[in-house]
Amino acid sequence: MTISIEPERYEFDESPRHRFAVDRRDFLRICTAMGGGLLVVASLPESAHAQESGRGQARAVPNDLASWIHIDERGHVTAYTGKVEIGQNQRTALAQTVADELRVPIAAITFVMADTDLTPFDQGTFGSQTTPRMAPVLARAAATAREMLIDRAATVWTIDRSGLVAKDGSVVARDGRTLSYGALTQGQKLTGVASAAIALTPASQWTLRGTRVLKVNGRAIVTGAHEYTPDLQRPGLMVGRIVRPPALGATPASVNDAKAKAIAGVTVVRDGDFIGVVAPSERVLKQAVAAMAVTWNMPAGLPTSETVFDHLRKTGAPSGGGRGGGGTAGTPSTAVSAKTFAATYKIPYIAHVPLEPRAAVAEWTGDKVTVWCGTQRPFGVRTEVATAFRIPEDRVRVIVPDMGSGYGGKHTGEHAIEAARLARGAGTPVKLVYTRAEEFMWAYFRPAGVIEITAGVDANGALASWEFDNYNSGNSGLPTPYTIASKREAFHTSDSPLRQGSYRGLAATANHYAREMHMDAIARALGVDAVQFRLKHIGEPRLAAVLKTAAERIGWPSPAMTGRSLGIACGTEKGGYVATAVELSKTAVASGAGSPGFAIERVVVVFECGAIVNPDGLKNQVEGAVVQGLGGALFEQIKFADGKILNGTMATYRVPRFKDVPPIEVVLLDRKDLPSAGAGETPIVAVAPAIGSAARAFGKVADELPVSLING
Amino acid sequence: MARFPLRVNGRVRDIEGDAADSLLSVLRDDLGLHGSKFGCGEGFCGACTVVIDDQPIRSCVTRLGTVGDKKVTTIEGVSTGDALHPVQQAFIDTEAFQCGYCTPGMVMATIGLLKSTPRPSDADIARLMDRNVCRCGTYPRIVAAIKLAADRMRASFP
Repeated sequence: MTISIEPERYEFDESPRHRFAVDRRDFLRICTAMGGGLLVVASLPESAHAQESGRGQARAVPNDLASWIHIDERGHVTAYTGKVEIGQNQRTALAQTVADELRVPIAAITFVMADTDLTPFDQGTFGSQTTPRMAPVLARAAATAREMLIDRAATVWTIDRSGLVAKDGSVVARDGRTLSYGALTQGQKLTGVASAAIALTPASQWTLRGTRVLKVNGRAIVTGAHEYTPDLQRPGLMVGRIVRPPALGATPASVNDAKAKAIAGVTVVRDGDFIGVVAPSERVLKQAVAAMAVTWNMPAGLPTSETVFDHLRKTGAPSGGGRGGGGTAGTPSTAVSAKTFAATYKIPYIAHVPLEPRAAVAEWTGDKVTVWCGTQRPFGVRTEVATAFRIPEDRVRVIVPDMGSGYGGKHTGEHAIEAARLARGAGTPVKLVYTRAEEFMWAYFRPAGVIEITAGVDANGALASWEFDNYNSGNSGLPTPYTIASKREAFHTSDSPLRQGSYRGLAATANHYAREMHMDAIARALGVDAVQFRLKHIGEPRLAAVLKTAAERIGWPSPAMTGRSLGIACGTEKGGYVATAVELSKTAVASGAGSPGFAIERVVVVFECGAIVNPDGLKNQVEGAVVQGLGGALFEQIKFADGKILNGTMATYRVPRFKDVPPIEVVLLDRKDLPSAGAGETPIVAVAPAIGSAARAFGKVADELPVSLING
Repeated sequence: MARFPLRVNGRVRDIEGDAADSLLSVLRDDLGLHGSKFGCGEGFCGACTVVIDDQPIRSCVTRLGTVGDKKVTTIEGVSTGDALHPVQQAFIDTEAFQCGYCTPGMVMATIGLLKSTPRPSDADIARLMDRNVCRCGTYPRIVAAIKLAADRMRASFP
């Protein structure tokens, strides 16, 4: 199985200027703190390095041992991972993995996640990598612990280990003798190193994995007891806000902070163009911010949401070059093509809109700072903070409470740096919570893009050539999964007027939209069935399987009633295979009211990602990806001009709501014979083209997102 | 600044504030009740939803001065001891959340909805929950949770 990861070229972290090798102190600290028991350490996942490719900073991942699993003298298991829980359910799914290999109930596991002082180094939680990469590391550590406990029991009983099994938190002998893990580790300081050679439980023998396990902290969530970063309290905590420019690229011309400073308890923190205010309460903070008198130098001549496509096309690197640029080489021969089909697809910027906005709590103790914040890259943010303050990384601790989502939108640490600046300036711990308007304007967007496709079809109706140029969206999902003799595919970096970055599925949503809409258009022009046309060019049986299943479930090619239409699209990304089919009905076009002239009656999504770890958790992720995909397909787009976001509010930037969600049928193909691939992102990629192709039954569909009928 | 006696979760709390203060900031910053979340400050995402006299209300756009002696119930005030409210239990049983940030608001909006509409249809839910956003997209599960809670509550109090 090949998993291609888009180079994370959108992450904005500068190359670290300080690098301090992690040593074994984490391991020793945990051992000391725990007093005894059993500790399993392992090398860091070797894949961490590969994920850095394309960032031009080939960082050396510390090749040292890190602690993964500790079992205390009561038999309680603490597992460690640098991954973040952002709603993708890994706190539960990883606990299933560890509990399954250790043969303990899930309640025996506590996960320490995303704390740079306690958990092993981790690149970040993105790219749907936790299940394929992190879970096996933890599984090996857990299996090592299990085998060590069996060894220990064999020593205690002075019998051969071959007759011993681990079961339900104990080692059991053939004669029925039992020793609990707690009893086995009592008074011990056992340490083991997980080896890559250790045998993992095959998927066919999983007991906890592969089953529905409810979210381990569900109760804290429904009672409101879980503390997200904005909910944290610290002794002496004050609140802060940044005085932001009214437009991207604007700089302060004059600052008068006298009135704000005169308010009791208020500190104004200035550092170059950075202007921040700290106050003892939100009420005082509001007054202080209002009292700040700042004038601004405004930018001019910036592209708008209407002119940006020309700008991206014009500034595109010519040959797929540039940082992170690339694609397949070759010059397609159009000579063999009887017909050619060309189109240019436009993809707007869209926003992640995580419901928990960027937030951070920073606390300095001497020259060491601890920052609690929402981010998908705690170790990356540690580097960013260390770099910003020119301090060694071991004086920065980043802790990520389970957070109110990210969808790729929280890779960076600007809020952590800002909170740390405010806290240092005010000499007290400070909490910074972005307003919704700040989150819209000062976070980053899914890149806008222009995608040009020219395809040639031979006299037999087969694709003979394929030229695909993507300007600015990105590489993910760019290579066509279809068998075409002659192809050239390139990604061109461009000058983006807005700050842009990762998103769920990265550019795969854009690339799949363009490619699948193009495939559909060709099939229509040739007068052939869109499913058969695709199958004719699919060599990968896993892709064919999801496509055929989706077609069957939606009733392809006949809609349930006259006047309706069907659309279908498929693709592969991050090792998973997806096909999405929709049924539309025609409605009146209500311009301005967000009605595109059709309604979605139902969605079928068929997904295959190897062996399934938590079927209900996976179904939840697939449903969520479809719903998020509906937003990008139907109405999400950032409007901007003069450096200002024109629809940066929840009232004006429409995200999917209850009324927008049609019945969604999720079909999961469980392949226990294949390794588990990541699953949080891929099911989003085929939603928009399925809708767009179905809408073509009602009129001409514009070659852009959101899907719109030109003459509906 | 003036004094506002505020009835929250069965207790009268004395608030010193301005009539224009948002109820959400009073709950979070003055009373330390962090279960109601800040999502947008515009009344358009519902993460801050509380129930005021049986009505689901967006607390971020509710002014302190308008609450008067009405009863405010927040997510902290709906379970009794270890026993979860049937709506909370239904959200757990249907796993109607991912990141959970919208969940307290969804639970409170549902409690309010079921007071006015004990047998909600899909259309009722779409209409009455329109001000609550789940960006993770767990809407189908929340609909299932609302219906499950409605069934259970009718069974308990027919």
